[in-house]
Amino acid sequence: MSAAPQVRFYQVGSFAAGNRLLGPELQSDQADPGRANALTCGHRACQGCGEALGARYILDSAQRAAGGKVIAVNATGCLEVFSTPYPETSWQLPWLHSLFGNAPAVAAGVAAALRAKGRTDIRVVGQGGDGGTVDIGLGCLSGMFERNDDVLYVCYDNEAYMNTGVQRSGATPPTARTATTQAVGEEPGAPFGQGKNLPLIAMAHEIPYVATATVAGLRDLEAKVHRAMGMRGARYLHVLVPCPLGWGTASHDTVRIARLAEQTGLFPVFEALDGEVTDVTPIRRRLPVEEYLRPQKRYAHLFRPELRTDVIGRLQRTADRNIARFGLLAHEEASS
Amino acid sequence: MLKQTEGSRAVAETVACCRPEVIAAYPISPQTHIVEELSRLVKSGALKPCEYVNVESEFAAMSMCIGASAAGARTYTATASQGLLYMVEALYNASGLGLPIVMTVANRAIGAPINIWNDHSDTMSQRDSGWIQLYARDNQEAADLHPQAFRLAEELSLPVMVCMDGFVLTHAWERIEVPEQTQVDAFLPPYEPRQVLDPDEPVSIGAMVGPDAFTEVRYLAHAKQMQALEAIPRVADEFRQVFGRSSGGLVHPYACEDADTIVVALGSVFGTVCDVVDEMRARGVRIGALAITSFRPFPLNAVRTVLGRARQVLVLERAFAVGVGGIVSANVRTALSGILLDGHTVVAGLGGRAVTKESLHRLFDDAIAGRLGELTFLDLDTELVERELARMAQTRRSGPSAENILRDVGSNR
Repeated sequence: MSAAPQVRFYQVGSFAAGNRLLGPELQSDQADPGRANALTCGHRACQGCGEALGARYILDSAQRAAGGKVIAVNATGCLEVFSTPYPETSWQLPWLHSLFGNAPAVAAGVAAALRAKGRTDIRVVGQGGDGGTVDIGLGCLSGMFERNDDVLYVCYDNEAYMNTGVQRSGATPPTARTATTQAVGEEPGAPFGQGKNLPLIAMAHEIPYVATATVAGLRDLEAKVHRAMGMRGARYLHVLVPCPLGWGTASHDTVRIARLAEQTGLFPVFEALDGEVTDVTPIRRRLPVEEYLRPQKRYAHLFRPELRTDVIGRLQRTADRNIARFGLLAHEEASS
Repeated sequence: MLKQTEGSRAVAETVACCRPEVIAAYPISPQTHIVEELSRLVKSGALKPCEYVNVESEFAAMSMCIGASAAGARTYTATASQGLLYMVEALYNASGLGLPIVMTVANRAIGAPINIWNDHSDTMSQRDSGWIQLYARDNQEAADLHPQAFRLAEELSLPVMVCMDGFVLTHAWERIEVPEQTQVDAFLPPYEPRQVLDPDEPVSIGAMVGPDAFTEVRYLAHAKQMQALEAIPRVADEFRQVFGRSSGGLVHPYACEDADTIVVALGSVFGTVCDVVDEMRARGVRIGALAITSFRPFPLNAVRTVLGRARQVLVLERAFAVGVGGIVSANVRTALSGILLDGHTVVAGLGGRAVTKESLHRLFDDAIAGRLGELTFLDLDTELVERELARMAQTRRSGPSAENILRDVGSNR
């Protein structure tokens, strides 16, 4: 091959670097030396940041799907701060940051301008963290869904306000320790019965496409971005991105933790068209929730000073309900 | 074209002639007639290409304008009162990013108590938001200020607020010369953005700026408004050449040359003030009036030039800074620093209370006779206020003040 890769690969080895031993049609977008590198190296994310990993894959795939013509709109948050400590910027695509709570409306404004100008070849991606999406930005996001604005909105869910120092968000799971749901008192951590499931809220708007994904399934993530970019209208992608800082996990464990979230059933991975679930990623090897909780310091109080089997049991029931609701073990049940 | 029409409708038709490419619309009285008419113009195909987007809040309206403007589209919205306050975070963002959005504000009071009628509390609260603020004296000027607003906004890369009195102007039917498309096209060139989201030349807009450069970026906002002080009269002059009538500019003095007493006002109340000036001049009183059209940037020199010759200045304000007094007055005082004259702040017409010629005659006579204090609330019913103050002194649980006062008003009838 004469075309030597001009970009630096972050990982080595055939599978990790995007299946370069496979045929071109099966290769990951990241295996392509001509990939967009939308979020390029040198940014200030923490070691092992799930959000940086997810953003690079998502925007590179979006760029590829749109022939390089993508405009990104970012909510305030980790991704915004670590990517643009000016005069440095890690963005190699046109990028706009306005406020914390308005990214969906700003993105919809960009889309409206492009439509007025007849530039429907240029596509718009809005993005934010879980705080910017499920809490402060929910009004604007719901409006964007309801109008079916031509925007792919991506939520990078690390289950708390990490940029401000790990405070509880509407996406923080029950019992998780955050700076505002501390591991003290009789019911340590975030309370049960709060928080919202934004993929289901998005589906209730009956928008063309809703999907969940994690950074453990990067090929799945790329495929979903391509599917979303193949459609018009409001599309929503909710990606679980472990945060070593906030979750108290080892920085080399980000992908493993994301996979455990999937395989315990705590984070169901699925796709929905027009408000109906059309596909789920089955759990290959079902695991008890304890295996997901134990490596994370935000759940340490469930194991020390005493093992809280009662609380872990409640979380297990949540996982079991997800598995039943989305049919995550349907293949196993069918074959048994 | 000269028409008998409503202020809102004339504004909407003029905005349409400016060929906005994106309009974000959210209803709030008394601005609704403007976006309703624009909706009709876009839906009927009279205004195209234009994306008219019904958004879910004023915060979203301004946010959508930010996105659209950054993508290179000429962008417009309209709001009032609570709506303006709901979009405040985005207002500062739009000006901070230097996006030339034009917005009509149909001036209305701010609650509580909730009140839909006219005063200037809404836009005055945003005087430091970095937007240019132009106040229309009448519906002709309200319409005419819009092509000028787009010219200024796009030339300077700054957002512009056109402030017109709610109901008093927006809902008034009168003879208005509505600008023609050919005239507007001759006056307003297509929008050439200074910065644009373009995949062929990618830029990052809205990055974090630390202590090393923040002061300089903020200073630039001030420097651009200082450029606006020069641009506003120039654009008004060009407007006069194309349209054959005078609208806009920084200030409008009326009978000020030999005036001992000058009354400063913004917006539609200026017409009433001028009528009273005429009547008092007929009695031989040397009184004049000064309209401030551009409140941001504040034309310090122009105000100083006109008022510096007077002996006494009254600033008639449709809003006030609770706990200190006048807002416009404070700016006028800055313009007159070093010049000693007799100054008075008069708060008038809050929440739609009519500012009548009779009250103004009494007020100006009192001022000239030396009977006026530093701060006056025109036509304040002191008996009502004192009754409520007494109730509050008497009982701990005196109840909600607004409702108490309303009950007193009712029982007085």
